[in-house]
Amino acid sequence: MNLEILSIEVVRALYIVSAVLFIMTLGGLSNPETSRKGNMYGMSAMFIAIIGTFLGPQVSSNYGLLIILILLGGSIGLILSKKVQMTEMPELVAILHSLVGMAAVLVGLVNFINPTQEYIGVEKTIHSIEIYIGIFIGMVTFSGSIIAFGKLSGKLSGNPLLLPAKHYLNLFMILAIVYFGNSFISSNNINEAMLPLAIMLAISFFFGIHLVASIGGADMPVVVSMLNSYSGWAASATGFMLSNDLLIIVGALVGSSGAILSYIMCRAMNRSFISVIAGGFGTESTTIVASDTEQGEVQAIDIDEFKNMITTSKKIAIIPGYGMAVAQAQFVVNEIINILKTKNIEVIFVIHPVAGRMPGHMNVLLAEAQIPYDIVFEMEEVNDDFDNIDLSIVIGANDIVNPSALEDPNSPIAGMPVIECWKGGHTVVMKRGMSTGYAGVENPLFFKDNTRMLFGDAKESLSQLLTLNN
Amino acid sequence: MDDDVIRGMTIVNKGSITYPPPKIEVSVSPKKEEKKIEPTAEPVKKKTTVLPGLIALSSLFVVGAFAPASFMNHFTVFVLSCFVGYMVIWNVTASLHTPLMSVTNAVSSIIIIGAITQISTTDTLSLILSGVAVFIASINIFGGFAVTKRMLGMFRK
Repeated sequence: MNLEILSIEVVRALYIVSAVLFIMTLGGLSNPETSRKGNMYGMSAMFIAIIGTFLGPQVSSNYGLLIILILLGGSIGLILSKKVQMTEMPELVAILHSLVGMAAVLVGLVNFINPTQEYIGVEKTIHSIEIYIGIFIGMVTFSGSIIAFGKLSGKLSGNPLLLPAKHYLNLFMILAIVYFGNSFISSNNINEAMLPLAIMLAISFFFGIHLVASIGGADMPVVVSMLNSYSGWAASATGFMLSNDLLIIVGALVGSSGAILSYIMCRAMNRSFISVIAGGFGTESTTIVASDTEQGEVQAIDIDEFKNMITTSKKIAIIPGYGMAVAQAQFVVNEIINILKTKNIEVIFVIHPVAGRMPGHMNVLLAEAQIPYDIVFEMEEVNDDFDNIDLSIVIGANDIVNPSALEDPNSPIAGMPVIECWKGGHTVVMKRGMSTGYAGVENPLFFKDNTRMLFGDAKESLSQLLTLNN
Repeated sequence: MDDDVIRGMTIVNKGSITYPPPKIEVSVSPKKEEKKIEPTAEPVKKKTTVLPGLIALSSLFVVGAFAPASFMNHFTVFVLSCFVGYMVIWNVTASLHTPLMSVTNAVSSIIIIGAITQISTTDTLSLILSGVAVFIASINIFGGFAVTKRMLGMFRK
């Protein structure tokens, strides 16, 4: 059976269509209305690219096997996507990243042992470099994502792994990879090149593990975005290797997307990318003893007082943290805002970029609870507007509402942008106890005059609010 | 001549040239100081943007000097795509960053194309490796797009 229906020129034309559709996919995500259409573009782009390749001159046999493998993998993917909880999204994304990395490694290896084209001179050198880099990025993405998956799902400890002289270890591994890269490129035949390639595979495997293992739990949003970026660069490098422009374009799109997300996450925590990679957030701050200045006393309230505060407010801002999702309180929150709507009390949500465990995570968790996205705002949109807000309710968040980030230059989180809810009328913080957040920093917000503390499980306390109607 | 304004306008007084007049001391000096702070901050910013630009430019020259034409074609595509990505991604609303990650995840599985072009081989090892690559990339494609669809379906007004 031979299905070489399309010429290579037609296949390339289809690749252009596919590339444009992929760009439109990302463009569609500029607002939730167009995003669903954007996702459709993405699926059709992928479909066109696969069908085009399938019917093109580069595939001449094993059609049946190909279809079976795609359907088999596809059904596993569909099952995964149905089963996953929204709180588990970071884990799913991490494990899927590892698959892209592995695929890049495999494609690179096949291209190495079974080259389709003979290269000579400079072109051979460049092709060898492309194979080497493609496999390297793929391997780092693979092993790094596995560790990220382990950390995010709680199978591995979230604490940063701090090996002695870890920076030198990283440097040594990179130098070794460059060294073996040189002997890989200068080798004359496949057998000669096999050994340096195998050593590089092993080193980059450990490099990826070490890279992610030395990063602390609070920095995971950056890591997930970073691996997202790597998976794109891996696809791009494979595109160079195979002289396939579609792979280059799409890989570059994904690579820059992940890079921008990493940048946004770093900015939201006021951390430089280098220091995140260098690892160990919280390693310095744990040694810092809570400031000795008199904090004053917290003012606790009970549920009736809280009800009173809510019903006398005109505009309420809810500031959710990941603690809210852990307590599964977002569904109760939705019921409450529906009650408040009937009482003509305006409710908005204010989201800090690192409120969840990956970029935009909190927005998805709120959307899952059917909270309409047009009352969900970003931190920058609301921060200057707290004068108009009578009551801020902080649910399961800590560091993102910590005024010491702005007021205390010695604070470990100094300079991090935070939600300035204390500038509004009153703030009620719902919290289990007086423990500190990820960063291990005292929060002066709790001791402010216009702050009230409501201790206890967020979901239980909120459920009691449902009687507001009566 | 004690008046600042009169002193400033006077060029000749009683036979002697008084021009140029001495600088007038203005009492609202704090404003001046405020202005001075800003320019000191700007040059630092400029330095940081010029240096990477120079590095990028010179490395482009190095690439151009050694690389063959075929590589430069792909490289052009690559650099332009990075910029398209940069422009498009900054337009993505922050609330959709998680769907963005899951959809880019599915999209980066375009690497399946590479594996598909390698599967028509008689070499057993190559067949196994590329077969596995097709299989795991398919998990990613279907899983990534489906979970993105599921998430985007939740965003309602």
